[in-house]
Amino acid sequence: MPATAATRPATLAARSVTKRFGDRTALSAVSFEMYSGELVAVIGPNGAGKTTLLSILAGIQTPSGGEVSTGAGKVGWVPQQPAIYSKLSVTENLRLFARLEKVRDPDAAVEKMLELTELRDRAGDEVGSLSGGNQQRVNVAVGLLCEPAALLLDEPSASLDPRQRERLWKFIGGLGGRGTTVAYSTHDVLEAERYADRVLVLADGELLFVGTPAELERAVGGSPRDFEVAFVRFLDEHGH
Amino acid sequence: MRWLLVKDFQILRRSPLLVALLVAYPIALALMIGFALSSPPGKPKVAFLTEVPRGQGRIHLGSQDINISSYAKDLFASIQPIVVHSRGEAIADVRSGRALAAVIVPADIPQQIQSLVTSGVGTPTVQVILNTNDPVERQFASQAIQARLAQVEQAVSKQVLRVAVADLQQVLNGGTIQFLGHGFRLLGLRSSSALLQQAITQLPARSPLRSALGRVVGFADLAIQGLGFASPVLGSIGTPLTVQQTQLAGKTTPAATYAATISVIFSLMLVTMLLAAGMLALEREEHTFARLARGLVSPSALLAEKVVLAGGCAAAAALVMAGGISIFVSLEWSRFPLWVVALALAGIAFGALGVVIGGLAREVRAASLLAFMLSLPIAFIALVPTSAVSGTLKSVLDTVAFVFPFKPALDAANNAFSGTAPGIGWPLLHLAGLAVVFGLLARAAVRRLA
Repeated sequence: MPATAATRPATLAARSVTKRFGDRTALSAVSFEMYSGELVAVIGPNGAGKTTLLSILAGIQTPSGGEVSTGAGKVGWVPQQPAIYSKLSVTENLRLFARLEKVRDPDAAVEKMLELTELRDRAGDEVGSLSGGNQQRVNVAVGLLCEPAALLLDEPSASLDPRQRERLWKFIGGLGGRGTTVAYSTHDVLEAERYADRVLVLADGELLFVGTPAELERAVGGSPRDFEVAFVRFLDEHGH
Repeated sequence: MRWLLVKDFQILRRSPLLVALLVAYPIALALMIGFALSSPPGKPKVAFLTEVPRGQGRIHLGSQDINISSYAKDLFASIQPIVVHSRGEAIADVRSGRALAAVIVPADIPQQIQSLVTSGVGTPTVQVILNTNDPVERQFASQAIQARLAQVEQAVSKQVLRVAVADLQQVLNGGTIQFLGHGFRLLGLRSSSALLQQAITQLPARSPLRSALGRVVGFADLAIQGLGFASPVLGSIGTPLTVQQTQLAGKTTPAATYAATISVIFSLMLVTMLLAAGMLALEREEHTFARLARGLVSPSALLAEKVVLAGGCAAAAALVMAGGISIFVSLEWSRFPLWVVALALAGIAFGALGVVIGGLAREVRAASLLAFMLSLPIAFIALVPTSAVSGTLKSVLDTVAFVFPFKPALDAANNAFSGTAPGIGWPLLHLAGLAVVFGLLARAAVRRLA
């Protein structure tokens, strides 16, 4: 996929994006582009600026400098914790957000998301009664209601058990297959290696690396045992 | 905003306990206040013991007898007497709680009164024993007994004065008195003076008796003047002061209506602030605020929705409450449109304050607690009569009452319910101003939610 990326227009691009909170610089001149159908993982140690970067891309925060440009489509946003109403049913949540997103046919959009999330049999259940994995699927579905060209997910698999993670990644992988650009932050570098086409390595607000997981392994010297070791060595080599 | 309102009503519908509380609370409060205001005050149960032997409760004053035992029934007008037969029984009743207090009339009270009115020496004393367990009940019983004893005391004094004045009149003008079953005619000072003057004219010009009788006539005239002056003075002692009240303003609010208005506004404030603060904080707790604020709903629209939801629900509940109270207390239904305006605007002002709290507290529990804790002092400070305090404290209380919506809401509702002065215009304007100010503060506070 990256081989063809240069020939396609970027779905989402950041140019010299900087974010300061008082004296502290959370992001420092970060630039990259994302393309249609691409799965991009944003990885880095705690406090690297992963959530800040995704928040700026999603339009929740404004950058102190630089700019974010989107292609023709909308950008969907899936926060780390399910941002849905636990007292409403799955259908009611989807219908509410479809109406707020001004989707042309809210009922059709709800049907489509129930199909996509495979939650039709739980459609009438209050979200609060669902498992963490199913709640996260509803959370992702809400982010997809506006049929975004790019979907941004902040640590989507955090607090899920292995089985739920597996199902979630299968679901997210399917989105990429349908042409949606997916960018997600994660602490789990093995998830990045397994599911991402490219990784963005952030540390202390600096973008240190953009490339495939294999390219990151090659970027560090020697022959690391696995991707996680390669990632840690990469950070060490760059003084983080 | 419409879909957010629908969503919030769906959430409220899924919280039956909260909704039941919101509906039941004002109705229950209305019924309780209505019954309390429309019921006559209760009479405390008081053990009553008179140690005065039957037939000996009389005092003698001049030519008349006064039966002071007959005044005991006046005491019973404000108490529910439990007649006991000994001091021990009276004390036991108070100790056990069967009676809130005991009143003991000692055997020597007629003699003490007799001594007091005839020689000015004597201390007629009625003993009151109070239960000290409950300070509120103790005060209630004490006030009821003391107020009634003061009335009895005044009635006895009046009767004594009446007898004294009547006797003085007989000394002045003469009349018939009864003594040992026989009637005697008294000449009276005025007749005596006239007779003496007539006798002087009959005496020879140089009679030595003329001078002596002249001095007696002079004394009699002086006594007539003095006693003639003393009678009205004595008569006035029984009621030395008469109070004439004049109300300067037009219509005033009956105390019961004012109490009902306070309860309606207090309920409105509590429900609105809890609902507005809680529902806004819920958006943060459910992590939905950031998603909504990402262009789906503007922060101002979100705040307005919470204010309308909370203020509307609370105003509706307050209207139901006012309707319920009007069964017991007089409220002017002809002014119903003004009820709606006053309660709706009060709901909006309280709702705006509620969303400030919701924006600052961020968690539902913290927001609810803060709203509740803030409600009580706001109401209490607004209800303190500022003329009862002075100086700096008065300025502080006035300022606090001005910057929160309770006082203007109370004034607006008071006028709406009973048409009393001052008019409704200024309180409504004040509420609108506070709603704008708190709305702006909430707009700043809500940034914390993101």
